[in-house]
Amino acid sequence: MADESFLTDDFLRQLINVGEVDILVGLPTHNNAKTVGPIIHTIRSGILRGFPRARAVIVNADGGSRDGTPELVTGISIDDLRPASNLRALRTLHSISTRYASSPASGVALRTILAAAELLRAKACVVLSPESANIEPEWLSKLLHPIYDDGFDLVTPTYRRHRFEGLLITNLLYPMTRALYGLRIREAYSPEFGFSGRLGSQFLGQNIWSDGTHGAGVELRFTLAALAGRYLVCQSFLGEKERIERSAADLVPAVRQIVGTLFSALESGFPVWSAVAGSQTPPTNGAEHGVLLEPLRVNRKRLRDMFSTGVAELETVFQSILSPSTLVELQRIARLGEEEFHYPAELWVRTVYEFAASYQKSVISRDHIIQALAPLFRGRAFTFLMENRNASGDEVENNIEALCLEFERLKPYLLQLWKSRE
Amino acid sequence: MREMIISELSQALHEMARGFAHFLPRLIVMLILAFAGWVIAYVVKAVLRSILRLIKFDKLSENAGASQLLTNAALPSATEMLSRFVFWLTWLGFILLGVRVLGILGLQDQIARFFLFLPRLFGAIFILFFGLLAASFFSRAALLAAVNANVPSPRVLSLALRSIIIVFVLSIVFEELGLAEQTMLVAFGIAFGALMLGLAIAFGIGGRDLAKRFLEKRFVRGKKEENEDELSPL
Repeated sequence: MADESFLTDDFLRQLINVGEVDILVGLPTHNNAKTVGPIIHTIRSGILRGFPRARAVIVNADGGSRDGTPELVTGISIDDLRPASNLRALRTLHSISTRYASSPASGVALRTILAAAELLRAKACVVLSPESANIEPEWLSKLLHPIYDDGFDLVTPTYRRHRFEGLLITNLLYPMTRALYGLRIREAYSPEFGFSGRLGSQFLGQNIWSDGTHGAGVELRFTLAALAGRYLVCQSFLGEKERIERSAADLVPAVRQIVGTLFSALESGFPVWSAVAGSQTPPTNGAEHGVLLEPLRVNRKRLRDMFSTGVAELETVFQSILSPSTLVELQRIARLGEEEFHYPAELWVRTVYEFAASYQKSVISRDHIIQALAPLFRGRAFTFLMENRNASGDEVENNIEALCLEFERLKPYLLQLWKSRE
Repeated sequence: MREMIISELSQALHEMARGFAHFLPRLIVMLILAFAGWVIAYVVKAVLRSILRLIKFDKLSENAGASQLLTNAALPSATEMLSRFVFWLTWLGFILLGVRVLGILGLQDQIARFFLFLPRLFGAIFILFFGLLAASFFSRAALLAAVNANVPSPRVLSLALRSIIIVFVLSIVFEELGLAEQTMLVAFGIAFGALMLGLAIAFGIGGRDLAKRFLEKRFVRGKKEENEDELSPL
């Protein structure tokens, strides 16, 4: 049973008024007044189309919005939708909201949604991002039907992405998760995903909510918990992933969220991942992936320069983390010119595995280990850009597949590093 | 006359024998204390070494940068050094206790002062160790942040921060030990002031362009940097 002591009395009253539900839609927000209205309409439309007989609730977990986001969520009634869409609900569609804190924390938001799902005994749940501008009503069916009708526990999305978007996912998260857990989950870290009530309850009961990270990367942690727990996982294709422009400064928080979460999950998941060899594709509804090839202006020189500077300046840090042979090889390629520069897949995989082992050994502060990976990732990103600058969609996929196979081939090296630690 | 000499001699011998008879038990007590102290110090050393190995003190010392200093000076590991230090300190304490039992005038005050100094010595070692640890941690944090923010000369920045912290720690250590307090205070003031002035001059004159770029980047909004990454890692 959920520890509901962190939920407010008002929210508990709202939950009691709702009663039991079949479907729960979680919507974590923070100052999303501009986008939340259309998203609520889309959610309602999706529920009415896909689940007209189901008891459903929209749960908004708000991180201290000052633009009236929660009022917009609860203020939109089912009647707002009917004139335009001709849709009829057979059940009352509830929409409730709670303010979990005065500042956003994705971990607390998800915990609130999971606790609500458990208290309402929701059969199938979905979490959606309030920033998804291209959300469609069909997303709800795609993320909920495999759970509601087919008995799956987790539905992760797949997207059509630009070939140079999500490089941390294509060059590290996807291949390493796949090599570790043997399942080819393309988007293990996504703001949109569906899950069963039992998986939600199991994750809610884990002792991860007071680690002081404010839930950075909690969605990834959720996926990894499902993989480690051998829950039934599938994928659904949602269409094009909206492109988000980010500055270079966003890389370190992203590495913290993804790599920090992935590395920290290795310890508890060791009995599972150490026994896995090879990988297989999970059941997928729609395309497994998609690649957009439109031209994109990228400052490649800066990526390579920051890699070379990082390797030179952080030598003492890398000496604590990397093996001498890997460090020597990195120093060699850091001296290469732009045309000759190549960060090979094998060296990248060895780098990542040695970082993972050093993270477990805590050779230096774990956060420092994660930060030290960022300049090296820039070097790998540069090589990926160069390898794929004139590549077709299939060629890009082949290159990603080759990297994944390299992660799988070198997995014994990670196990060897792991054992040497013991 | 002869009888007087014999009497004085025998009296002197008696007194010496009496003095020796008084001194011998105290000497034995002192030797027992010294031996017991050695045994206790040895046990303390063994226990401490096990505890330090258990808590991976060498790793902590490596992080603090203390291991590197010891290696350069061809000294044993931090665990071994601390264990030996505690061994000698404990044994010396017992020996001094024994010397006190001997009742030799003049040594009493010195021994008392030594025992009063011990807590300050431990305090100073504690401050030095954690000071070095903090210097290492924060300088590495600065180095990583500077490299990832593409700040020029990140190692200089890191070294400057490390130097400031170490100077600050050393001044506290000397103050704790009560050694040349005034000199250290003045030396610290001069060193710290010079460092700050040097940084101010370097940043203000030598790094005019850097400062300009930094301030523009920090406060001028709406002007997109030309060299900004346009890739989303997620």
